[in-house]
Amino acid sequence: MVLGYRPALKAGDMAPPSGESPLGNRLDPHLSRYAKRTHGMTASEIRSLFAVASRPEVVSLAGGMPNIAALSMETVSSTVANMLATRGQVALQYGSGNGDQHLREQICEMVGLQGIAPHPDDVIVTVGSQMALDLITRIFCDPGDVIIAEAPSYVGALGVFRAYQVEVEHVAMDEHGLNPEALRECLKTLAAQGKTPKFVYTIPTFHNPAGLSQPQDRRMEILQICQSAGVLIIEDDPYGLLGFDGHIPQAIRSHDSDGVIYLGSFSKTFAAGIRVGWAVAPHGVREKLTLAAESAVLCPPAFSQLTISTYLDTQPWMDQIKIFREVYRERRDATLEALTQYMPEGTTWTHPTGGFYVWVTLPEGMDGTAMLPRAVTARVAYVPGTAFYINGDGRQSIRLSYSFPEPDRIREGVRRLGGVINEELKLMHTFGTLGVARPSVSSQGSTPGPDVV
Amino acid sequence: MSTGSALRVVVLAGGLSHERDVSVRSGRRISEALRNRGVDVDERDMDIDLLPSLVADPPDCIFPMFHGAAGEDGAIRDVLDLLKLPYVGSNPEACRLTYDKPLAKTILARNGIFTPEMVVLPHEAFRELGASAVLDAVESAFGFPLVIKPSKGGSALGVSIVRSAAELPTAMVSCFSYADCAVIERYIAGTEVAVSVIDLGDGPVALPAVEIVPDGEFYDYNARYTAGLTEFFAPARITADVSQRVAEAALNVHTILGLTGFSRSDFIIDGEGVPQFIEANVAPGMTETSLLPQAIEAAGLDLSEVCLALVNDAIEAHSAQA
Repeated sequence: MVLGYRPALKAGDMAPPSGESPLGNRLDPHLSRYAKRTHGMTASEIRSLFAVASRPEVVSLAGGMPNIAALSMETVSSTVANMLATRGQVALQYGSGNGDQHLREQICEMVGLQGIAPHPDDVIVTVGSQMALDLITRIFCDPGDVIIAEAPSYVGALGVFRAYQVEVEHVAMDEHGLNPEALRECLKTLAAQGKTPKFVYTIPTFHNPAGLSQPQDRRMEILQICQSAGVLIIEDDPYGLLGFDGHIPQAIRSHDSDGVIYLGSFSKTFAAGIRVGWAVAPHGVREKLTLAAESAVLCPPAFSQLTISTYLDTQPWMDQIKIFREVYRERRDATLEALTQYMPEGTTWTHPTGGFYVWVTLPEGMDGTAMLPRAVTARVAYVPGTAFYINGDGRQSIRLSYSFPEPDRIREGVRRLGGVINEELKLMHTFGTLGVARPSVSSQGSTPGPDVV
Repeated sequence: MSTGSALRVVVLAGGLSHERDVSVRSGRRISEALRNRGVDVDERDMDIDLLPSLVADPPDCIFPMFHGAAGEDGAIRDVLDLLKLPYVGSNPEACRLTYDKPLAKTILARNGIFTPEMVVLPHEAFRELGASAVLDAVESAFGFPLVIKPSKGGSALGVSIVRSAAELPTAMVSCFSYADCAVIERYIAGTEVAVSVIDLGDGPVALPAVEIVPDGEFYDYNARYTAGLTEFFAPARITADVSQRVAEAALNVHTILGLTGFSRSDFIIDGEGVPQFIEANVAPGMTETSLLPQAIEAAGLDLSEVCLALVNDAIEAHSAQA
């Protein structure tokens, strides 16, 4: 074996400084160059805890990963082979900025299930619906503009709004989702301040993180409020086809093609890794979105688009969605049963009828963010409620995602969580912190990255 | 310069502690540093396959970079000793003494090292005696501000500086979320420095002190791992006399606790210029924003060379023992 070089180093070599004052070092030479919008982008104690969630010992109820195991890899493999054999030259080339024409026609057919009847030219294909959200915020919002979002709201959307330095006004939800009274009140308050919101961002179906759905009359009421106020609605609908009873709610967009931009995705109905989503938008908006998309990515990935297009043409995709519904229903049931069995008194939770998430409200005065290290020690992970608020609210809540783990693991995870909450309650009893105001935390960094299971 | 192309090292990083993320990054940096010198490096996590693979195909040396429990408390090194595998750094006993902050402080104070006054209180003490009575006693003895920290663990996780009685309960709950036992320390205002000690076979040497000036209230997790949130001065802006004193203190800590290879001790230099020991680390962070790599650079050394020398010394020491 060859031993390496040993640096010459003797005691006394490290002479004390000569007295000259050294320059400080912030370890990032580009620090003074960053845009103001990056100032909140910091490491996070909470986010670091999610690193443990990827270990097999930990039951992660944190990340919202689709259950890809329910998709036949043979089917995907033959679909890709078929696509390459028939349209390989197109799939490996640049494509149109607003997406493949045939896929846009297929998307029109799909959204027909939710009562939307767009022209293919009203559709833009994006890299997941997350990109659509980014483009929409980019074309509508200047720094300091106001938008309205439910409280709690999708953490990925809050991240986009923050990146564009948009002010988010939260509007409360009730058991049927976005509360119309609260929305009216918010619009009134903003009007009194001379502010006009650029849009209302809502997830009406199987809400992330709340697990709630707006009934049809609620959707109509929200639409009417926004129409009267002249405010655009961004309807984010990645879970719309995943209702456990097979019922597909009609989209808000189905009632108004001018005042609503609809966002959809193949991430939950086919595969998240394919990164294909879309927006259905009024003509003028769609034009702007296309130009913005071209400047961002030139065109959405043709390979992914043609793969999903071939899949929709050749495979019984609706049957696959039924399989996904069953997978998620079974996991939802396991979660709710386990919550009933293991949660201490004073804990409440939503009863989702579709989608991936249960929103748990802890006993009065508890803090889901402060409790996370204890949960990680007990080998269970969740996302603290603060991640879903722009302003540090939501401490008393946590989001559980049941989409990925096996039902037995879910039950075990919820059992561990019950123990964690009980221990934390004892601690709070000792210190009398129930109801004590805590310093606010930023929602940024309170959530795992997209790859945390 | 010869390179050890035949040298095989397993870097251990990850683990199930709260500091997994930091450990993974430290391990990656060490691996890269060793690979730069031609070492054949395998990065491994702590899992059920680890020991069988080490036994089946023993590397020339192991470089433990686990942070937090099971990584720094000596357990993994105890097992490596049982398997008679050479590793870089301190032995299990030294790890046990160092990882337990109150124990390390007590041993060091007995040996003449200055360290802030503390009380060490498990959750049960508060439950049985009544939290407000205990906290009142702490307040009347120490006054504010106070430093509340878990008795074990790193990266400032669960640490708070408390400036009023109203902040105490929340800080205690946050601390007990990380560990069952809390250290409550008198707050020392002053200059925060970290002194790394390395021993490349000729006795321990203190590297230049690195001064830490966080933008926020203290050097918390975000300030540690977000480049830009903390300003570092290496060497620290302290007089030659104080610099000498803190270097000696770090060497004493290294020796008294029986540390081997490398360590990092953190101090606050108080208004009188006295280094007050805060804690020592047997597996100091090696990330892009960590302190030991900065000290190595300030000393005009190269991280790769230091890592390789540590590995070679560990191998030599192990052979000598055998």
